[in-house]
Amino acid sequence: MNARARLLLAIADDELIVGWRDSEWTGIAPTLEEDVAFSSIAQNEIGHARALYQLAAAELGNDADALAFDRAPDEYRCAPFVELHLLDWAHTIARRYLYEEADRVRLDALRRSDDAELAGLAAKIDREEAYHRMHAEMWAARLRDEPRFRAAVDELWPYALGMLEPELRPELARRVGLSVESTQAIERGEHTPELAELWSTMTEVRRSAPGAAW
Amino acid sequence: MIFEVFRQERKGQPFAHAGSVEAPDAAFADAWAREQYGRRGESEALWLVPRDAVHHITDWADEFDLKYRRVDGYSIKERLRIARERAGTTPAGDR
Amino acid sequence: MDARTEEFLAYVQEGGQVEATDWLPEEYRRKLIKFIEMHGNSELMGVLPEREWILKAPTLQRKLALTAKVQDEVGHAQLIYRVAEDLGKPREAMLADLVSGKAKFHNVFHYPTHTWGDVGVIAWLVDAAAIISQKALLKCSYAPYARIMKKICWEESFHILHGRDVILAMMTGTDAQRLLVQEALDRWWGPLMQFHGNPIPRDEDPMYVWRIKSQGNEEARQQFLDGYVPQIWELGLTVPDPNLRRGDEGVWAYSEPDWDELKSVVTGHGPRSQERLAFRARFLEQEQWVRDALLAA
Repeated sequence: MNARARLLLAIADDELIVGWRDSEWTGIAPTLEEDVAFSSIAQNEIGHARALYQLAAAELGNDADALAFDRAPDEYRCAPFVELHLLDWAHTIARRYLYEEADRVRLDALRRSDDAELAGLAAKIDREEAYHRMHAEMWAARLRDEPRFRAAVDELWPYALGMLEPELRPELARRVGLSVESTQAIERGEHTPELAELWSTMTEVRRSAPGAAW
Repeated sequence: MIFEVFRQERKGQPFAHAGSVEAPDAAFADAWAREQYGRRGESEALWLVPRDAVHHITDWADEFDLKYRRVDGYSIKERLRIARERAGTTPAGDR
Repeated sequence: MDARTEEFLAYVQEGGQVEATDWLPEEYRRKLIKFIEMHGNSELMGVLPEREWILKAPTLQRKLALTAKVQDEVGHAQLIYRVAEDLGKPREAMLADLVSGKAKFHNVFHYPTHTWGDVGVIAWLVDAAAIISQKALLKCSYAPYARIMKKICWEESFHILHGRDVILAMMTGTDAQRLLVQEALDRWWGPLMQFHGNPIPRDEDPMYVWRIKSQGNEEARQQFLDGYVPQIWELGLTVPDPNLRRGDEGVWAYSEPDWDELKSVVTGHGPRSQERLAFRARFLEQEQWVRDALLAA
């Protein structure tokens, strides 16, 4: 697999898994109004993953669904950050907030890339992410004084750092007012046990009839 | 805070009341109404108005005949018939 | 009944509609709240059986569509609860009555889901049954409720199409997939036949008397059978009722639905009633601090 395909899969897997995690709130979010809003965000992330998989699939000679579902858990290139199963609102918003900030830094870099196709897609994704950032910032501002939210941000910070290449980390730290040196980033490459659990659930129906159309 | 939501379906059309959202402030109302009333691209624009800001009128005094300022206050058919007769312009079918 | 109430009743029975700011007889307001609250509860509890499958959807397209469908149901609950809130019952009170078992929700949402076949049958046929009830609310005497039903019915039509597409994909697939659909239909047919309620004459149904709904239970069931049984049959599926047939006058005959089961299920004794209420209660309690943080300006 070439470097371009590896990069595309890393970003696509991040978007897919974070979207899959966030979609678990559909139907049980803290308020009904937020439920509807949050569900749209989860859908958008999965939509981004699909667009990125399509680019990768053109290189790899398969399709977006095959990339999303038919690889083994250790073939996914997502960061441990998105794998964590965080079914409480403080951690969920902390991850959304940090994820959106990190994603912005990454998309900014991609938009300047020489790869016109990727730069164009990054710009398109960023237009939707702008709204996600508004949502994340609104929540972060509202929960800023809640000790459990602050604790969740601190707890997830090493994971958030690990989502980005080292040269992009200072920019993320600057944006969220935390420091790169204060912690040891939890790097992409190793997976948490939570990914295998999620994979087993998300591929359950598909694995029940290999090759079938759904 | 309850915000009344008015929705414009297409450019040039009137804003019609669509429902309401309860939100702690305008930022949340924006995020929530945007998804509740526009996530399928079904709205051109939304107006969010704090319910308290809506001044409501339902009582109307109409004690005397006010029909002179409406079209249903006029029946010109008979007068028109006589006028046409005098002018000799009665349409063939009515002769 | 006092003269003012009689006048009100005659007005709504002639097809008149009222607004939130109009005078409403107490009895009417109570009936409205009860009806609307149960509708909102059903939307909210209706997300739980399908929500489990959001995490298991077998393609990206199905994942997105199912998430969007469940999202719609939550959105409907928001629209519907807001109408009841404006009639005087706060949302916290409705949610508390729901999880304590005091308030009811529709029978079909008390049952388990076993396979992806259930997902298709729910989206297609349960939503088809629901849209028939909801279309009859477009003429509801309480105008704010009638108005939100337009958006709800519009979104439900997407659900039915999504469900039918899921079913068609399976029915044109492997034998194992076809079997999943047939088994799911077998499981859901009983609850579907109970869905519109026992066939009391509409003039004895208080919800019809006040023109909260505009058709009787049996009319709704006949409409469901007429619209959907042919669609089921044309796919080669078997409806698990040997007595089901369309009579000469276009009236469907069917085996008597199990009304005892309906009564027991909606009073909280369905196979998943308590588990789902406990699940709902768990998240309401777990995230109470968030709603408190939202209120603390």
